[in-house]
Amino acid sequence: MLDRDTWQEILGTIKKHKLRTGLTALGVFWGIFMLIFVLGMGKGLENGVFRGFGDRAKNVMYVWPERTSQPYQGFQPGRRPQLRLEDITAIRQNVPEVQFIAPRLSIGSQPVYYNDIGDSYEIRGELEDMIRIEALKLHQGRYINERDIEESRKVAVLGQRTAEVLFGNRDCIGEYVRIKGVEFRVVGIFGPMQIKPWTESDLEAVVIPLTAMYRTFGTGERVDYFVCSAAPNVLVSTIEPQVKALLKKRHHVAPDDPQGIGGFNLEAEYQSVVRLFGGIRAFLWFVGIGTLLAGIVGVSNIMLITVKERTKEIGIRKAMGAPPGSIISMILAESIAITSASGYLGLIAGTFIIGGIDYLMMANNLEPDNFYNPQVNLAVGAGAIVLLILAGAAAGFIPAMQAARVNPVVALKDE
Amino acid sequence: MLRITDTGLKRPFICLVFFDRHYALPLLTHSKNRREWPDAIETRLSMIQLRNIRKAYKTGYTQLDVLKGIDLDIEAGAFASIMGSSGSGKSTLLNIIGILDEYDEGDYLLDGKMIKGLSQTEAAHYRNRFIGFVFQSFNLLPFKTAQENVALPLYYQKMDRRKRQDLALEYLNLVGLADWAEHLPNQLSGGQQQRVAIARALITKPKVILADEPTGALDSKTSFEVMELFKKVNREGMTVIIVTHENDIAAMTRRIIRLRDGVIENGNATLSATK
Repeated sequence: MLDRDTWQEILGTIKKHKLRTGLTALGVFWGIFMLIFVLGMGKGLENGVFRGFGDRAKNVMYVWPERTSQPYQGFQPGRRPQLRLEDITAIRQNVPEVQFIAPRLSIGSQPVYYNDIGDSYEIRGELEDMIRIEALKLHQGRYINERDIEESRKVAVLGQRTAEVLFGNRDCIGEYVRIKGVEFRVVGIFGPMQIKPWTESDLEAVVIPLTAMYRTFGTGERVDYFVCSAAPNVLVSTIEPQVKALLKKRHHVAPDDPQGIGGFNLEAEYQSVVRLFGGIRAFLWFVGIGTLLAGIVGVSNIMLITVKERTKEIGIRKAMGAPPGSIISMILAESIAITSASGYLGLIAGTFIIGGIDYLMMANNLEPDNFYNPQVNLAVGAGAIVLLILAGAAAGFIPAMQAARVNPVVALKDE
Repeated sequence: MLRITDTGLKRPFICLVFFDRHYALPLLTHSKNRREWPDAIETRLSMIQLRNIRKAYKTGYTQLDVLKGIDLDIEAGAFASIMGSSGSGKSTLLNIIGILDEYDEGDYLLDGKMIKGLSQTEAAHYRNRFIGFVFQSFNLLPFKTAQENVALPLYYQKMDRRKRQDLALEYLNLVGLADWAEHLPNQLSGGQQQRVAIARALITKPKVILADEPTGALDSKTSFEVMELFKKVNREGMTVIIVTHENDIAAMTRRIIRLRDGVIENGNATLSATK
């Protein structure tokens, strides 16, 4: 179908009608350009928002105690239950779908010194799994491990800013810092994955084993709150009621009390954002395809005019023995050629613009809150190409049928 | 009386030479070629056979009878002209002979092949193989060179490009325009364009050349040259049919078929007895 003659014919017609072909091509170009641009920008928005979730596990929930609102088992409402380390152990034993569970107890800002340099930093007691759940990363050394917990070792992991203030550029691993006058050996430096207003506190925190905190600072086996993740293939939403019910039972909170044990389900939140972006994407596709469709209708229109103009030529070809199939494929090929060529340019231009925006943002270190790394994925690009060819065929279909119906007798008529 | 040496029959036929075809027919009933037998004989005699061809155009409630029963035989190698005033049905007749249009009633045999109820694709195939058209306004494709125009019918035979371009040059040479092969139609004179068109009609080695007012757009000197070319083609054995309303053009053919009101008025007039 696409031999040299067909191409010559297509080029011939296009050359004869540069302006007309150009304007038609512009419609498709613009359609595909908008589709790619809008989808790319949508992806940028999506990336920006999802980046806020960080790389941490999204399948997690936070649980903390709140004031109860109902009397239960002789307890008055308004009581605040106190989570304890045994609760964590109980959850581990009773809810097998829990993957990691990471409690945290903070004793607020305390003086931390290295030699005579020091400041007040938040001291947190944690178990080893916190870094596996939260959006934290290790810069140096290691995080707290199981042995630290078991042996209540006096080790500390410093937030990156704390480490900077206390040690400057010196290597701090193995050095000792004094927390409230007690010496702790530094084993690592950590920080948040992304620096945001709400992650500032992670920069300045000092983390020590929870057990060491209990022993050293006499806090009792309390826990402020804990983060817990569900095993792979289990949604945290399915274990949330189990965990809460267990805690309510252990702390004499009425099972139907909406308060008492509070929590935040990141997974549910995440899912609602995913759904939101699903909706946005569908909308963008709708708009983009709509624009493209307008372009395609334009091509179809022009092809109809072309067929009308070439009636005589088609008649001559038929008189010379052109079968209807060859006429149809001639018109279709022209339509597909115009659509694909201009659409491909649109695809390239759209990708280029999106890439350009991404590059400029990177180069100028622009990081707006909700926009990051606009992109068009390969599947969309490939899909667009397929779409274009189909679109070209669709645009050419009616005109081609029209052409096939041309009566060869017109070749004999003289105007 | 019958020359059947060339009919393509595979059966022994020597005995048949002595028989009239009515006698021969029963002898051939067992042959798988039996249907070809009468056709084959007539083929030698007639290139075009029209039997009671009727054609009407329906417009609203009225019916316009254009052809009212045409019976016509044109023998192979003929050089005939069809004449008639406008409205006589000669264009319709030409369209039917050229397989451009269908007819309502009757039979049309072209070189023994029944041309009836063809699909569009079949009709295109037969036009391509059997008919060479020459038009009044030349009808060359304006964006193709003379050579490409001549090669066009071969494109629809799916002939290899190089081969058909070579052949096109050969045929351009035949009409004396080999030096103009690379020219576009608008760079050629009317007479030259018509010669290109004739080369295009000849290139498929058709059975019939159908020319519709081939000299209508040419001055008398060029007309004469074009007619000379047709004569030459005819001398080489090609059946040529020319539709014209000019008497002097018709006079150059060997047979004139006159049409009036959809019937043949005079199917065998020879305006000039020469040639």
